[in-house]
Amino acid sequence: MKTILNIALPKGRLGEKVYSMFEKAGFECPSIKENNRKLIFENEEVGVRYFWVKPSDVSIYVERGAADIGVAGKDILLEYQPDIYELLDLNLGKCRMAVAAKADFHDDPRRTLRVATKFVNIAQNHYAAKGRDIDIIHLNGSIEIAPILGLSDVIVDIVETGTTLKENDLNVIETVVPISARLIANKSSFRFKNEQIEKLTQQIVAQLEAKND
Amino acid sequence: MNIDEMKLKADERAIFALRALYGKYGYSQYKMSKFEEYDLYVRNKNFLISDNIITFTDTNGKLMALKPDVTLSIIKNSKDEADRVEKVYYNENVYRISGSTKSFREIMQVGLECIGDIDDYSIFEVLMLAAESIKTISSEGELDISHLGIVSAVLDKIGLFGRDRDSVLSLIGEKNIHDIKTVCRGAGISDEYAELLKNLISIYGKPADVIGKLKNVLGDIIPSSLIDELDSIVTALDEIGCGDIIKIDFSVVNDMHYYNGIVFKGFVPGVPTGVLSGGQYDKLLKKMGKKSRAIGFAVYLDMLERLTDGEEFDVDTVVLYGDGISLKSLSEKIKELTNNGESVMAVKSVPENIKYKKLVDLIKGE
Repeated sequence: MKTILNIALPKGRLGEKVYSMFEKAGFECPSIKENNRKLIFENEEVGVRYFWVKPSDVSIYVERGAADIGVAGKDILLEYQPDIYELLDLNLGKCRMAVAAKADFHDDPRRTLRVATKFVNIAQNHYAAKGRDIDIIHLNGSIEIAPILGLSDVIVDIVETGTTLKENDLNVIETVVPISARLIANKSSFRFKNEQIEKLTQQIVAQLEAKND
Repeated sequence: MNIDEMKLKADERAIFALRALYGKYGYSQYKMSKFEEYDLYVRNKNFLISDNIITFTDTNGKLMALKPDVTLSIIKNSKDEADRVEKVYYNENVYRISGSTKSFREIMQVGLECIGDIDDYSIFEVLMLAAESIKTISSEGELDISHLGIVSAVLDKIGLFGRDRDSVLSLIGEKNIHDIKTVCRGAGISDEYAELLKNLISIYGKPADVIGKLKNVLGDIIPSSLIDELDSIVTALDEIGCGDIIKIDFSVVNDMHYYNGIVFKGFVPGVPTGVLSGGQYDKLLKKMGKKSRAIGFAVYLDMLERLTDGEEFDVDTVVLYGDGISLKSLSEKIKELTNNGESVMAVKSVPENIKYKKLVDLIKGE
């Protein structure tokens, strides 16, 4: 029997794009396209099993070996720092982690900066590198309203087009780090399923290079 | 006393086998207290995997810690005499924060340290014992070896220092080529040199396939003595039959402020993280004011729990008895069953949630 390569895909549009890249690379699993509520799909012939998980959970599945490889955003990897291999930048789901504030915001370095964010570690590391004293406010959503209501001075959040920020009268004042989707692998699986993982990685590299040409 | 090995869990089996293995090569067991002065860890915080330590005040008012690590205690008490090698192994509990739950856990570790006048043989012997340890745990395991001297020489040549050097080092540990390129560009380093790092990370495989490639890629760039050192050790390991599980992998990195020279990690199928980790840590000894050199490793036994299949049954036979059954007939029945090699649970009523193969009901007269 062929060893099965377990792949965790992030639910949603990004995951679908990634699947089509993997399919082209020879890791196809036609049942995944059936329109149903199943979460696990297997193609024994090719030796692959896909499963859909919440995007922010992909790195947990991979770190703990439930998935051999997966695709996760750089934001999640920076925030949770899982012990995994980051094999490729897939150049998909591109956006940036940025600091945003109200248009009339003026940074007074004598005061502690109040920062609202979902990404506590990223925000802390960003300001620690500058030696800036901050007060972190951990929120789980609707980060944009924090400065408007006076809960925080700035926010650290993902910015794609900037439309949400504009509609809430906020401006990007600084980019923290560019974000894109990354191919990640479990450190143990990388060794014991090396042939399959290398094959997939090389095929994806070829696809990425063809796109750039 | 006869011990049925099948009844032991994977980690328990490993403890017995590893202690016997290390004893065979002249390593003596190092026994220590569960506590250590907190001060020792404060001074060497970065050597520890996590800086969260359980502390308490002892009866003299001194701040103590539950040991998060064994190596520091061993070094602290090592003699530091010239021309002498101390060989010890330990089997101790350490107390650390577990990654995901952020709560303290007691972790059983087995490991060994070779401290003193370390030479090529000492390094070879420790690596051989690491390889044998992996083989004890799984027949399909793998020991990955890197040489920090080589990585360090490449980073020197490229001109990466300070914070950029630290971040590139952790990216090497992630096999993250794309972000290394970004850091290099930010530090004004040419793409040609970034390519060199890419080639270094891509090197992964059996020594016989890889050493030649390493010489091609780095031969003109770093002192050839470094590659020769790695080559001679892996060749010696191959000659004594450890070659089948050894691979060279430069993504194995440990903190360069403490480690130097050979570093290694062991993996086995079915366990998602490394089960063995070690290396040469001369720099730590220097920091602690000692002249000796040292190499050692630890096996993380808590990881091996995953290798044991859960038992299908809690007990082979449940014997039901009541007030009417005489002690003599009950004890005879139990003796008969246990003599057959069965495990037996004698109860008056069957407990809930118990899985058993057979029920013997003495009340009904079976």
